[in-house]
Amino acid sequence: MTRVLLIASLVIAAAAPARAASEADFKAAYAAAEAAEQEAGGLRNQWITTETTLSAAKTAAEKGDFDAAIASAKEAEALAKASIFQAASEKERWRDAVIH
Amino acid sequence: MRGRFVPALFLALISAALAAGVIVQAATAGETPNPAADAKAFRDFYVKKFPNVKLEDFVNGPYSLNEDMRRQWQEKEEFPPYEFALESGKEMFATPFKNGKTYADCFENGGIGVRQNFPYFDVKQGEVVTLELALNRCRAANGEAPLSYVKDDMASLTAYMAYTSRGKPFDIRIPDDPRALAAYENGKRYFYTRRGQLNFSCASCHVQSPGERLRAEILAPALGILNAMPIYRSEWAGMGTISRRFITCNSQTRAVPEEAQSENYRDLEYFLSYVSNGLPISGPGARP
Repeated sequence: MTRVLLIASLVIAAAAPARAASEADFKAAYAAAEAAEQEAGGLRNQWITTETTLSAAKTAAEKGDFDAAIASAKEAEALAKASIFQAASEKERWRDAVIH
Repeated sequence: MRGRFVPALFLALISAALAAGVIVQAATAGETPNPAADAKAFRDFYVKKFPNVKLEDFVNGPYSLNEDMRRQWQEKEEFPPYEFALESGKEMFATPFKNGKTYADCFENGGIGVRQNFPYFDVKQGEVVTLELALNRCRAANGEAPLSYVKDDMASLTAYMAYTSRGKPFDIRIPDDPRALAAYENGKRYFYTRRGQLNFSCASCHVQSPGERLRAEILAPALGILNAMPIYRSEWAGMGTISRRFITCNSQTRAVPEEAQSENYRDLEYFLSYVSNGLPISGPGARP
């Protein structure tokens, strides 16, 4: 019985930091995605997909599924960065499409 | 001699390089805005692209480009789906506000037959005023709550005002005011700028692909596209204003749309209406 308790304690002790790290990773990934999306907002060039992916990340985190939450947050960050790139490249490129 | 020639050549090369730089920069930053030339080029583009379509027929959007759709539309026009909105708009227009005044008191000619003059650039306020904005400002000036810009009452009111202006050519003016020209240029920039995850601009569909299919829809030409507004859309199962059209277009490209009547949307309406000058008002319209 003592042995079982000892093993259980060790398993819990080993698992707890991993879960905490996972939540911290999510928070960092989400903050990065949110910052990029805010930058896109400043350029008035947000994408609906980024918003829905950010929401999906939050929902997954609320359910405790941090793997999925981190994956969604990273995807949202990539989408937000793509929208920032689009805004920068379109700043002058739109002129190429003008009818002359 | 040689000693003097080298610096002179060097200076000449530098000058040429600077001049070239200036030219490149000017080209990159865009030529001097010329709305009249833009409008002519815009019209010529569509006339050349669709030589069998009469100029004034572009206001009928996809029906000007597809014979089958045109026949269906002509049959629908016998009992047009916007008729209820038209009647309700007429009634609203004539119903006095709580202070006894009506919409007619806010507009030239009592608001009858004036749709073709909107949007206009208000030199006092320094901004583009659309018909939708003018209607809500009229309400505010008479102590009434604003209407939603996208559908229902606003669509009914603008439907009635468009109906009283049918056949009148768009007469959008750009006053001699650098702010007006800047608003026009901003609208033009918005029209041609790609946005959303699908990387589409307004021009991607309505300049590069009119007449092509987007799933079951036939894409309308940008020339005359606002002349038929507001519209009853079967897809919406109801009426929609210009604001609704812009918001929906942005959403379809997966871009977060702007607020209805944002500065960008009003400037876009200013640009699109200006380049359709001379084409008749045909609203309210019906679209699939």
